[in-house]
Amino acid sequence: MVKPLSPFPMLDSRPEEIPCCGPASSPPAGKDERPGYKICRYVRDFVQTGAGPVPRVSAELEFHDKLGAGMVRLGIGRDEYRIPPGLYCAGNPDRESPVLVSANYKLSFDYLRRELLGQDVWILVLDTRGINVWCAAAHKTFGTEELARVIEASGLSRVVSHRRLVVPQLGAAGVAAPALKKASGFEVVWGPLRARDLPGFLAASCKAEPAMRKLTFTMTERMTLAPVELAMVLKPALLIMVAMFFVSGFGPELFSFGRAWSRWLLFSRAFLAGLLSGAVLVPALLPWLPFRPFYLKGIVAALPVAGAVLLGSNAVSPVEMAAQAFICLAVSSYMAMNFTGATPYASPSGVEWEMRRAIPLQGVLVLTALGLWLVRPFL
Amino acid sequence: MEGFRYISGVVTLALDREICIGCGNCQTVCPHRVFEVADRKARLIDLDGCMECGACANNCPVAAISVTPGVGCASYVIKKWWMEIRGKEGPITCC
Repeated sequence: MVKPLSPFPMLDSRPEEIPCCGPASSPPAGKDERPGYKICRYVRDFVQTGAGPVPRVSAELEFHDKLGAGMVRLGIGRDEYRIPPGLYCAGNPDRESPVLVSANYKLSFDYLRRELLGQDVWILVLDTRGINVWCAAAHKTFGTEELARVIEASGLSRVVSHRRLVVPQLGAAGVAAPALKKASGFEVVWGPLRARDLPGFLAASCKAEPAMRKLTFTMTERMTLAPVELAMVLKPALLIMVAMFFVSGFGPELFSFGRAWSRWLLFSRAFLAGLLSGAVLVPALLPWLPFRPFYLKGIVAALPVAGAVLLGSNAVSPVEMAAQAFICLAVSSYMAMNFTGATPYASPSGVEWEMRRAIPLQGVLVLTALGLWLVRPFL
Repeated sequence: MEGFRYISGVVTLALDREICIGCGNCQTVCPHRVFEVADRKARLIDLDGCMECGACANNCPVAAISVTPGVGCASYVIKKWWMEIRGKEGPITCC
């Protein structure tokens, strides 16, 4: 007698419970999913408004966001972390809720989001090409025109009944409040410099304490920038190191790998010490290093560093030691001078003033070092 | 800026007190507290503290402030020099 077949279990079960072979199935498509679009991870859901659905963002940063923060700082895959410009919201905003303006740089947006726990606000993100508020303001991508464009494109005037925008104070170099009022009818209320002062600012009905309007440059702020400075010079630094391997090998018999290697090690030690001195030591010791021009701060910081390099180079000829010292000083001076761009207080006129003095000095140091390096094997 | 001072006597910032209407926009937007408004007129209280970001001039409704705005950044200045050498004009993209 043939046993009757038991009913095939897959036919009976509900779709989301399909017990299946192969990898586990994905969750069912959400109600907000649309063909060709992908919902960003920081979007919790969508709120219906007079201008259509507006994404509601989460005020909590995930591991993914923290990883992304490191990546964008180092300039890896910046484009993937761009925030699509337009209107967002946090909490349960209504037609009277404040509108905060931000840039579409991941860190600007995330730092803002993080401060919005328990707040009911609208967020207007401008297309700053993935650049932070202050730098974008200098290039006018965070500017009056772009702000007027996004106000129009997002349909903001159908979402809120008031006509006020909270614009970060550092955006003032790009956004002209009087011109925006004429162009869009929206008034600017200048928000605090730092996103972390937003809860206090909003609680005080959009009034900023004097301290919220003043820049700082703390140790933490300075040291956050050090790896960025190093990442930015990584490529040219590697090229110089490769080129110096060949330069180090030249001699009376044209080229020797043995000499290239041993002298390349000497060069690299001085070069890398100079890089670290200018890009790490100078930012760390910035308030205590003497002289106001950065190129001089770079030289002062490199003096003990160059001394340490020379101590480690015993039994090398004085010609090579001099070259090592010059390289270390010049590189540190250059990197320190480059750090002006990362500080929040160096004026372009001042930077130009110091560069007119720094570049000739650094040039002489580098050329002398290179000359000594090339001549040494012939002595 | 508190604890930090850059090179003195070089900034391009200038305020025409005759034109100033004392609206206070400059005092609000300046990140270095360079302006102070008293008796319906702005006044420069810390000229050398200016970093020439241009926020004040950009937001002055009567154009009483002039400054050559720019980015205080070495690679910006190098690009600017390079354009001057080649005799080119236009916006400089950097940083």
